[in-house]
This record gives sequence, C-alpha cells and structure tokens, in this order.
Amino acid sequence: MARLFEYQSKRLLKQAGIRIPEGDAASSPEEVRAIAERIGRPVVLKIQVWVTGRAKIGGIRFAATPQEAEAVSREMFGLKVRNFVVDKLMVEERLAIKSEFFAGLVIDDAAKAPVVIFSSVGGTGVEEIAGRHPEKVGKLTVDIRTGLREFEARNLIRRSGLGGGVAVDLADCLTRLYAVARTYEARSAEVNPLVLTESGQVVAADCHLVIDDYAVSRHPELGIEVAREFDRPPTALEKIAYQVEEKDYRGTFYFLQMSENVGPDDRAIGFHGAGGGGSMMSMDAVLRQGFALANYCDTSGNPPASKVYRAARVILSQPNIKGYLASGSGVASQEQYHSARGLVKAFHEEGLDIPAVIRLGGNFEEKAIEILKDYLGDRGRTVEGYGRADSPDFCAERLDKLIRANGSRPHRVKPLTERTVPPGAYGFDTTTGRLSIDHSRCAGCRTRGCVEACAPKILKLEDGRPVLAIAPEDARKGKCTECLSCEIFCQFHEREAIVISLPIPGLKEYRERIVHGHSGE
Amino acid sequence: MAILVNERSRVIIQGITGREGMVRAQLMKDYGTNLVAGVTPGRGGQDVYGVPVFDSVEEAWEKAGPIDASVIFVPAALVKNGALEALAAGVKLLVLVPDRVPIYDVLELSRAAADKGARFVGPNTLGLLSPGKAVLGMIGGRAERAREWFKPGPVGVTSRSGGMTSAIAYHLTQAGLGQSSIIHVGGDAVVGLSHPEAVELFESDPETQLVAMFGEIGTTQEERVADLIEQKRFTKPLVAFISGKAAKSGTRFSHAGAIVEGGRGSYETKVTRLRAMGVHVVDSLFDIPKTARDILGSKELSG
Repeated sequence: MARLFEYQSKRLLKQAGIRIPEGDAASSPEEVRAIAERIGRPVVLKIQVWVTGRAKIGGIRFAATPQEAEAVSREMFGLKVRNFVVDKLMVEERLAIKSEFFAGLVIDDAAKAPVVIFSSVGGTGVEEIAGRHPEKVGKLTVDIRTGLREFEARNLIRRSGLGGGVAVDLADCLTRLYAVARTYEARSAEVNPLVLTESGQVVAADCHLVIDDYAVSRHPELGIEVAREFDRPPTALEKIAYQVEEKDYRGTFYFLQMSENVGPDDRAIGFHGAGGGGSMMSMDAVLRQGFALANYCDTSGNPPASKVYRAARVILSQPNIKGYLASGSGVASQEQYHSARGLVKAFHEEGLDIPAVIRLGGNFEEKAIEILKDYLGDRGRTVEGYGRADSPDFCAERLDKLIRANGSRPHRVKPLTERTVPPGAYGFDTTTGRLSIDHSRCAGCRTRGCVEACAPKILKLEDGRPVLAIAPEDARKGKCTECLSCEIFCQFHEREAIVISLPIPGLKEYRERIVHGHSGE
Repeated sequence: MAILVNERSRVIIQGITGREGMVRAQLMKDYGTNLVAGVTPGRGGQDVYGVPVFDSVEEAWEKAGPIDASVIFVPAALVKNGALEALAAGVKLLVLVPDRVPIYDVLELSRAAADKGARFVGPNTLGLLSPGKAVLGMIGGRAERAREWFKPGPVGVTSRSGGMTSAIAYHLTQAGLGQSSIIHVGGDAVVGLSHPEAVELFESDPETQLVAMFGEIGTTQEERVADLIEQKRFTKPLVAFISGKAAKSGTRFSHAGAIVEGGRGSYETKVTRLRAMGVHVVDSLFDIPKTARDILGSKELSG
C-alpha cells in the first residue's frame, strides 16, 4: 500500500478544510530556520518516516527559537531509522493542547465497507486504550453510496462520551476526513492525535494516509513513485521494476529487494515466483535449504513472455547471487511456455553464469521444460526444468547441489547488452518493444519457420521474406503478443535475422553503477 | 450437485474479444460451460469460437436469452462499469477475473450486488469450476488439462490463492478424491464471495462431504469461518492450510486496523481459532489429500 508522509497527508487535509498546525516540510537546516522564523513562535520538529513511536527515538524535538530549531535539526537530518535516512522534517507551531482524540478510517473486509472510528482518548497506545475502555470508542460502518453524513458523525462522537460545541466541530472534521479518504481512495486514514487546543480549536496534529495501490494511477497529483507496500523508500532497482509493471497491464510483475548488499560469501539466491500462494510455498522451501533471498519476485496472472524476460533481467541485476530459482504453484493455469521463452531470451542475453532451477509445473509444462532443454541445455549451462510432480523442496535441493558443483561462484553483473539490429532493417512496434527482421539474412533461410512459430499467426511470407500480415497498428495494440517464438526459432534454428528489443528504462544506467562498484543509489 | 455453477448455467463473457477473453472462451466452451454469448462494446455482430458477440449485456439478454452468470475479462479500471452493467441487466452471479481493481470500486460493487440480490467472485480470481460440469474463468487454462486435473467427487475446495486452488484439487485427484466444486475466492483484501460465504454454500450442497480451504494471513476470512462453525452454520469436516507463517509481522497496518480487527488476521490467531473449532489445520499443503482421505474413510466406516 502506498503510504503518504505526514506532510503530504496534512496538505490533503488542509485542502479539505481541516485545520492543521501552521508550518511546512523542510529539507535542510536552513529551511528549518526559515520556516521557524515565519511561524514566529516555539516549534516542534518531526522526522518524516513511516515509523510509529517517533518520540521515543528522538524523532520529535522542540525548539523555542529559530536558531535552536536550526541547531536541533542538524542532529535530526541524517538520522537512521529502520530503513530510512531522514531527509525531511516537518516544522510546525507547538500547540497548546487541552485534550487529544483519535479519528480514523479503515476498510473492513467483513462488512465490505469503510469503517470510521472515533475515540475520545487519543495519542500513543490508542488501540490498547480502546481494548480497555470500549465505551470511549465509537465505530461506524459507512454506506459507500451516501458517505459519512454529518448527523452520523455527530452521533458517533456522542457515543464516545463527548457533547456540546466541540462535538459539532469534531463531527465536521470527521466528515471532511472521510471525504479525503474517499476522494484519494485511502486504504486507511488516521489522525492521531486530533487535538482540542486551549483556545478551543480542533486541529489535526498528525496524519497518516495509505492510498490503495490499485487506485494510485487515478491520482497522479499525489506523485507516488512506486505503489507498493513498503516500510522504507523503494530501491533504485525496485523503481525500475515498477516502471515495467506500470507500462504493461498484461499479467502481474512484483519485485521486492530483501537485501541491496548481497556479499560474495552470502548464501543468497535470486527468487522468481509465480502466484502469491505458490511463491510463498517455494520461498519456504528455499529458506529450509538454508538460503537467503536477495529478492522476492512474482510474475503471474498469465504475463506475456516479454514481462517474464524483463523480470529475469531485473533479478540478474543483483550482484553475488549464487543461483536462480523460479517456482510457482506447480499446477498453473497459465501456459507455461511463455515463461520458458522469456527465461531463454534473458538467460542467453545475460550469458548466465550461475545455476538456475526452473519449476514450471502447470499447463503445457512438458512443452515449457522442452523449451528450456532445447535452448538452454548447451554449453555447459546448468539450467534444469521441472514440472508439477517435483516439489519445491526437491527443486531447492537441486539448486543447492548445482550451486555447490559451481563452486558457489557469485553472480557477476555485466553491462546491459541487447542483440543489435542493423540500421534500416524491416520492423514494427509491439506493445512494449520493437520486432526487427534483417531481411538480408533471410536469403539463406531454409525453413521460413518463423511464420509457423508465430503463435498469434500475424506473420506471412512476401517474396520469401517474413513480413507482418496485419496492420502495424494492430500489432502494436496487442495482436503481437510478444511471445518471442519467432525470435527464438530464428536464433537457434536459422539465420538470427529476427531481434525483439524489449527495453527496460533505467536498467542500463543502473548496471553501469553496479559494474563500477557503486551500490543501488 | 455443485455450488454456484453447473452444466445448465447460462453464461456470458464480458470482454470476449480481448486477449484473455478469447483464450478463456475456448476453455469454457470446450469444457462444457453453457456459454451463450459474449459482450464487447462496439464489436456486436462478430463471433468468437461460434459464440455471438453483442454490444451490451442488455442486448445479449434480449437476443440470446436469460443469463445466469457473467465472467468479466476487461482491464481493471473498467471492471466496475462492466459489473454494474451486468447487475443492471439482471445477472445474479459475476466472476471478476482482473487483478488490480481499486478497492473502493469493489466496495461500491458489494453494495450494488447486495441491492440486486446478486453476488460476485473476485476480483483477482481464476474463477470457479465444477468438475465435469462447467468452468467460469480460467481454472485449468485449457479444457483437456482441466479434465485431467479435476474429477467429480466429495471435496469442496476454496482458496485465496489461484495457483493453490488448482494445486490442491490436482493433488486430491491424484489421491483418488474428486471435487464437488473448486473456487478461487480471489487474492484481494476485500472480495465479493469470501471463505465464509463459500463454506456456507458447500454446507448446503449435498454432494460436498468435506471442505479443503487454503487460507492466508491478513483479512478476517478464516476467523469468520471459525465463527460459522461455532454457530453450527458450517458442520462438515474442514481441512485447512494457512500460508504466510514465515511472513514478517511487525509492519502494523494501522491503529485503526488494529481496533477494527481486534487482534485477528495473523497466522497464529487463524490457526489457533480454527483448531479450537476442531478444524484439521495441516502444516503442509501436501498433507491435505491424506488428511481428507483419513476423515472420509473413517466416516464411511462409521456410516
């Protein structure tokens, strides 16, 4: 789920008419000082990280003057909190607090509806308080068609033990919070504490919004780079992988790095799962075999071969992994030869230097395993393909044996190379790349097997040379399924005339940095 | 008998001319599903594997006759519109195959379906299959495979993982145990038909003698199944596997989530609660067929 920082969340509250403390976000001590000067009163400084309990770790500090704020902020910038390095602080007026409340919204999977929660006690440990004092907490399932209505909010607050004018102000705040959550499609929203100041104002002192990953594309104004659940900022490689996923709706590609610093002596492997359930089961098998995972990756939902190819190239951008394991449920409904072809292309272009065990059980697994055997069985490469009869544990054991036989050699990341195309070659765009045919090579072709191999049957022969049989526009719109069959056939059986370029934006530069000894960023 | 769908159910596909729609139309038709029409706006008059295509669900209903179920293969952002269209036309069972459907769209659909007395499976589902009768969605991928992997019999299968739906049913078949129906309830946080609704359907299906359930961490589905057992609304033997034991807890969803879920949703809470209700929770997926066989075998002896 895509989390917003406090300062981002508060901007949305403010737009919706909810009062927030005066202040702003700062990226440097100088900015901190400038904001504090503008406020002209004592301030509070808060680190911007996705971690609860910031006060305990020195993440919330106070300052009486702009000079002090600047000095204190120097101790806070650069602070390491879990996987974060603090690079932003919130600088706000220090509130004179009379009482603290809690307001929140979450999606209830049982009611299949949003639930709004209000507690007349707020602050840290609110869920424990809620457990001990249920009478102070009101919950309301909201009808998605009407939204949270003012009188409903007022009754909710009344049920938590509050009345009078403040209840009216709180109800107003609550309906606006619901509107923010609904507008930006938040999976959860919470204001803790929501405070009543000594001067009688209701102010959102803190706020956290978590936006639904699947709705992020409808809200470009939020500027969310990677719509994934993270407890840290995404790594450079994760951002590259996410671009691939975002630009291709066919199937799913999920990539998460478990470690950015795999060492040459670590027993870590690259993991390529298919489907959440099967991936988890396979990961367990990998861990039981004593391996660590450099990454978690899942290509499922019937992705085209091109997507699996890109996933493999991203996985193989991680230095020092000792092996590659691909494994899913074992009884997949998707045609497994697509995955097999994607891996064949990736492993060849990489010049794979580590063992790989590929468990492709499911629909057409025999054909998939045959593809792996036919095209990756040569030149002493150690790629083994297995089907549904072979358990994840067996496959993890096989990989272990192959890695040992390979002397536990760590994977060396090489500069990104792709097959080249002569200028002026015949070609057409596919959904996410370009297919080129060097017709000068076709002269020596005996079989013209590419036309036959083409799964969607969109190639034909013209003067003995393969060309597109449909409008280029239709090929680009998806009639060319990027199954890679023609390229693989031509490369291994004929004249190597066909090249399918499937760019991965940013990966070339990323590899350069790895090769030259810099890590991710 | 089977739940939700049988060989007589009259079925349409929305998005039948798309990449997935076409391939799965072939699967469904070849397997024996009574596929009466397809819908793609602007493609009315065409046909896909002999199935007539119409411009709207309403038109399909008028020209091809009443519709019991619609399987939706359209891009995620268009699922809400397509599903509302089917509900408005009077379809009572929807299967929402696409992944990445926004959660508020699902909430709106839940409300709209409840108003119409309809239900939906998914989103993010492979669908459901009643062995030897019909398949809705893409379970099995190809008809010949689906016939080989799944056989009619006494076990109802419900799963939150698509691959595992097929895997459990396949391994049951290998152990000589057929299935009444198998259903992938979908992998998302909120789904139309969840485990508790599925087991209630299996409860009232005379063919189903035992249910196998693949659960996962997150949501309250498995705990709500335990609630049903406690309330005696589900009384058949249940064999369950809960995935996600190794997953890191610690990234807490939110205070609000903790208040609403009240300590439900973790691996431990699910397993403890289910075991307390007498559910056979197995530690390995591959133990499901053996456990099911033991239970059904002893039942036969005592019966």
